[in-house]
Order: sequence, then C-alpha cells, then structure tokens
Amino acid sequence: MNVVPLHTGPARRKRLGKVNVPKITMAHGGGGKAMRDLIEDVFITAFDNPTLAPLEDQARCRLSELAMHGDRLAITTDSYVIHPIEFPGGDIGKLAICGTVNDLAVGGAKPLYLSCAVIIEEGIDVDLLRKIAASMAKTAREAGVLIVTGDTKVVDKGACDKLFINTTGIGVIREGLDLGADRVRPGDAILVNGLLGDHGAAILNARGDMKLSTPLASDCAALHGLIEAMLAAAPDTRFIRDATRGGIATVLNEVAEASQVGIEIHEDRTPLRAEVRGFCEILGLDPLYLANEGKLVCAVPPDKAEDVLAAMKSHPLGKDAAIIGHATNGRPGHVVMHTVFGGRRIVDMLVGEQLPRIC
Amino acid sequence: MKYVDEFRDPEKAKFLLNEIRTLSTRVHDGMDRPLQIMEVCGGHTHAIFRYGIETMLPDEIELVHGPGCPVCVLPMGRVDDCVALSELPNVIFTTFGDAMRVPGSKKSLLQAKSEGADVRMVYSPLDSLKIARDNPNKEVVFFGLGFETTMPSTAMTILQAERESIRNFSLFCNHITIIPTVKAILDSPELQLDGFLGPGHVSMVIGNQPYAFIAEQYGKPLVVAGFEPLDILHAVWMVLKQLDEGRCEVENQYSRVVPNDGNAVALDAVGRVFELREFFEWRGLGSIDHSGVRIREDYKAYDAERKFDIKSIKIADPKSCQCGEVLKGVIKPWECKVFGGACTPETPLGALMVSSEGACAAYYQYGDVEKIHSKRAEIKVAAGAGK
Repeated sequence: MNVVPLHTGPARRKRLGKVNVPKITMAHGGGGKAMRDLIEDVFITAFDNPTLAPLEDQARCRLSELAMHGDRLAITTDSYVIHPIEFPGGDIGKLAICGTVNDLAVGGAKPLYLSCAVIIEEGIDVDLLRKIAASMAKTAREAGVLIVTGDTKVVDKGACDKLFINTTGIGVIREGLDLGADRVRPGDAILVNGLLGDHGAAILNARGDMKLSTPLASDCAALHGLIEAMLAAAPDTRFIRDATRGGIATVLNEVAEASQVGIEIHEDRTPLRAEVRGFCEILGLDPLYLANEGKLVCAVPPDKAEDVLAAMKSHPLGKDAAIIGHATNGRPGHVVMHTVFGGRRIVDMLVGEQLPRIC
Repeated sequence: MKYVDEFRDPEKAKFLLNEIRTLSTRVHDGMDRPLQIMEVCGGHTHAIFRYGIETMLPDEIELVHGPGCPVCVLPMGRVDDCVALSELPNVIFTTFGDAMRVPGSKKSLLQAKSEGADVRMVYSPLDSLKIARDNPNKEVVFFGLGFETTMPSTAMTILQAERESIRNFSLFCNHITIIPTVKAILDSPELQLDGFLGPGHVSMVIGNQPYAFIAEQYGKPLVVAGFEPLDILHAVWMVLKQLDEGRCEVENQYSRVVPNDGNAVALDAVGRVFELREFFEWRGLGSIDHSGVRIREDYKAYDAERKFDIKSIKIADPKSCQCGEVLKGVIKPWECKVFGGACTPETPLGALMVSSEGACAAYYQYGDVEKIHSKRAEIKVAAGAGK
C-alpha cells in the first residue's frame, strides 16, 4: 500500500492576519476577512502545529500513528461554560483542555488530539480572547496533545456569557486495559488523589457574593500523567473517573449503581483543605458534592491498594492521595459514610445543584 | 478547624453516649414506648442526619424532628405569591438559596427564573438592598423568610433603607415565630413528647425566658442546644438528666452563644419594624394564631404586601401528606403513606420533603434506608397482627 504523504500545506501563508480593534464585533463571525483575521491572530498563532496548519475543514491524522499507542480509539466531548471565565487557579481555556484530556485519560487512553470550538459573545476584549487561547495552548503543550481543528462563532451580546468553549478529544487505549464503572467488586479499595472541593469552592468564592478573602484556588489540572503511573502500578485497576460536577459523592453513587455494590467511605480519611471545610461550614454546603477539576476517584483490587497509593503519592498531582473506603456487598447502589463523629449516614445523589442554606 | 473540631471529638462522643445509655435505661424503665425528644430547629435536624447521630443513640430514645425548618413550613400559596411577584415587569425578586426550589401550586422560583423572571439568590437582605441601590429604576423585593434568627437582619435592612431613603426596595414578609408553634404542638391531643431541644440561634436573639411556660405549664424539660454534634448529644443528656431527677426546667447548653436575655439590639430592631399577625398559615400544621409577623404601619413603604397586589390564595396541602403527624412526632417520616413513593426530594408533595432541613428529606437523603425498610416491614407485620 502506498502511503499518501499528509498534506501539511505550503510552509505557511505569507503573513497571518491581525485583529486591529480592541473588541469582538459581529463582523468577526461573518465569514469574511475579519473572521479570518480573528482565527489567525488569536487561535492559529497560539495553537500552531503542522496538523492544524493546512486549515482544511478537517484535521487528518495517520491511523498508523494512532495504532502505535494501542488498539482502541477513545473519543469524548465536553462544553465549558463557566462564570467567571478567569478564576484563581485557571481560566476557561485551561479548563477546556484539562477537562477533555482527563475524560480521555480516566478511560485509560493516551490523549492525542483535541478540537476547539468557541462561541464568543459580541463585545468581549480581543486581548482576553488572546489570553485564553494562550492558556489553552500552554495547557495542551504541557499535556502533550495537539489542537488540530476548530471553529469560531460570534453571537449577539447576551446570547452567551462571554465565551463558551467545546473541545472534543481523541485518544488511544493501550491493549489489555479495561476500565469501567461496572467492574468494581466487593472488597475493592476506593482512592482519591488529593484534597477535594477546591474548584467548586474557588469558583463560588470568585463569583464574589460572599467576599471571603481566602487563598482558595481551582485544582484544574491534566491528570493523564498521574493515571499513567497508577495504571503502571495496577493494570487491573477497575475504574477511574474524574470527580467534576457533583463531586465525589456523585461519582461514588454512579459506580455503586453500575457495579451493584455498596460503598463505604470514612469522613476522617477524606482529604479536605481547612479553607474548603470552613467555606462549606459558612455556606452550609457539603464538600463531597463540590466540583473538582483535578481530582479523580478510582477503585482497585484490595491487594493493589497500597501500590496504587504509593504510585499516586510519588506524583505531584497525587501527593495528598488517600484510600477513603472500599466496596462492600452491602445494599447495592448505596454509598454510606462513617462520620468523624462515629455515626453513619447515606451519601445520596443531589437532586439539583447545592443551594446555600438560609440559617 | 478551631471552634469546630473540638465539638466533633469522637472520644468525647463515646463518653457522652455511655452516660446517655445509663440514664435512658433508667428513665425509660417501665415505659411501653420510646422516650421522645423533639428538636424544634431544622438546623438541628440537619446536623443530626449529617453526623448520623440517630444511628448512635440507644433504641429507647427517639428524636422527633420538629417544625423549625422555615423553608418547609412555608405554605404553597405564599410560594405562588413569590412567583407572581417575581413575574411582574420591572421587579427583581431576591431570595435565600434554599427557597428557590420550594414548589408552589404551579411552579417554584427556580422554574419562574427559567421562564424569564429576574430571580436572584442573595446571602443577606443587605445584598438585596445593594441591588436596589444599583438598580434605581427597578423594584427590588426581598423574600423575608425564617424565624427570629433571620428577622433582625431583615429589620435592620429596612431601617437602613429608610435611613438612605431607598424607595425601590420592599420586603415580602413571611417571617414566623417559634413560640406559638411549639405551644400548638404541646396542645395537640396526640402529643407524647418527653422533652425538647430548644433552637440555638433563635434563642441567641430571644433568650431563654420565652420557653419558661413549656417547663412551668406543660411540665416538659427544654434544653437550648448548639449545632455541633457534641452540643446535641450534650443537650440530649441534659434532658435525660432532668427526667431522671424529676425536674422540668429551661436549661442552656449553648451558653457560649446564647445569652439568657437574648440580644437587646436585635430585639429592638425587630420590635420597631414588625408586629404580630393575628394568624399565619403553616404548611403541614395549618393556621396558628400569632405565629407570624408583618411590617408595622410606620414602615409600610417597605411592605411588598401593601406595595403590590398580592393574591394570597390559600392552597390546601395535598390530602395524602401526613406532614402534620410527622411534625408532632405521631408518626415517623417513613410511616407516611407517600414517603419515598409519590413524595421524594425531586417531586416533594409535602413540606418536610422540600428542604434538606426537613425531616423527610433528611431521612430520604441521609437516613439509613435499610433501617427504614426493615422498620416498614415491622410496622406491616404489627398492623397485620392487630387485625
């Protein structure tokens, strides 16, 4: 079979376009020169790589390159809408890369390519957009993934909140790995990789309603490196999931349901920052339900628990890792927490989002 | 965490539980039903479930979860009024977060918001006043809700609005007062309560004196309690101690926060702004005399009920709900016909399923479901045997 050389385009067009106005207008979504200038100035400049460079309607990736990494393709997509778009510990751009990289990695996939589609609200500063694109590029570079295709739309003021980003990720799963929410067995150990609830607390605080001065920052991070280390220590890991919206409580409920096991966790082994605890005490929130963007929950066979814990602790994103509980053959689908106080309570799914209590 | 961890010490809990066991065995001796202690306040209910305190107490003690969740006892008609206010053109409707989900007869505030009403969640009535200051061309309404705990901050906000001559701010007053409600429960013929845990934060404002009649006229011990788990165990122990020694008094376990005479400044603000209503409607309990407050004539400019045309249509509680019986401790939440079936936190029929402080929602969310199921089975067996 002849190998068709991939078209990487003419070295590059003479000069990239430039946006010379300070704010995005509807013209930047009109399909004409203004739009091309926006794409080139903001996105191409930041994401620059040979697969993206030809600017065809689709990115072209070699199957042989994919096949080097394993035997199954992993595809995921996620849309990022967050207020405020810049927050302590990150911004919407970093989040859009880490979130999708993590969704690939928790399935055991090596993340390779990302798409990036943005919906921009008319009137936002072009410099802000440049900053977000630079943040995406930096995060992608650190995570070893390429942003290979994309799309931009501009909508009327009020039709979106500053900037929405969708990223789709493609990765490859190594032969032999088989992780799934339905694989957990009674006796399996349940671990987390560190302090919980930082992202949720930081975002609530960044919205500024409470005006609490705390050093709370989002834990937003790409976890593929950590997961690689974990899977090296225990290739028979049952299940990994990043504990984003709904926190670890939601993940634990999902896995208990899917595997038809009970799960018991211990409040005193659940790692929490004092600031997050305090924040939750003030607002009457439960940290188990707070969002994380750099935390995962995993289940491993009991004899591998210590090995995986050691592997996690030796990685910078797992230094506060802990074994927080185990699966049981108790009531299937139910998560029970042993409280610090010596009692027991059910940890159920939330009905909607957590709302602060009146008094 | 300072001032928190000390009150969650499991070793101290073990010690207290031992003492409680000794006392309850003695006090319960010869009784054919469990000792029933009611925690009046929803904050206590929440803490009891959050720390699994019921699972730690001996079987002879039953905690009855009282009416002190202001979100739960809000009648459906008042929620409808809130929705109608929020849907008026030019109105910004502001509310505490947990009132957003309370179902009205047609929709909740959360649903009204999704349909375009300008409903905003605030943490304090002062946030609401700021919104009024920032939006002089809008009418800003604050949904005043809660017992004496939240009343002073609402009163202070109205006084502040007057000082600043802010005219586009008003209060939809649904504040309620705890004493007449406790009295109504005590007057209930089905009552079999043995003692009370008094509401800590309400007492921080009103002090301990208003409860004296509970001990003097009804002969029931009451201990004002804090909200940490050790506070609650300590207060249960104090109630048992009174029962054991044949005393019934008002005692203060939460003395680090609750002064005997309450907070004079707060009471003064409340007294200046509010007066008692003749009666107020409670979800699950019906109408109770003098159990709510309204804004005095002097501050009528800040009264949403006078400013807007509010319908206040009374909506009856669904017939299948047994909230009233649960509130009085006559039945446990899981003994209600609709608990966990037609009535769940997703689709609450009754008051007590509405907020996480409501006894039914707390059982549903935190309660030991296995225990509930086995108890249900026991009840069925017992009912079958009785036929």
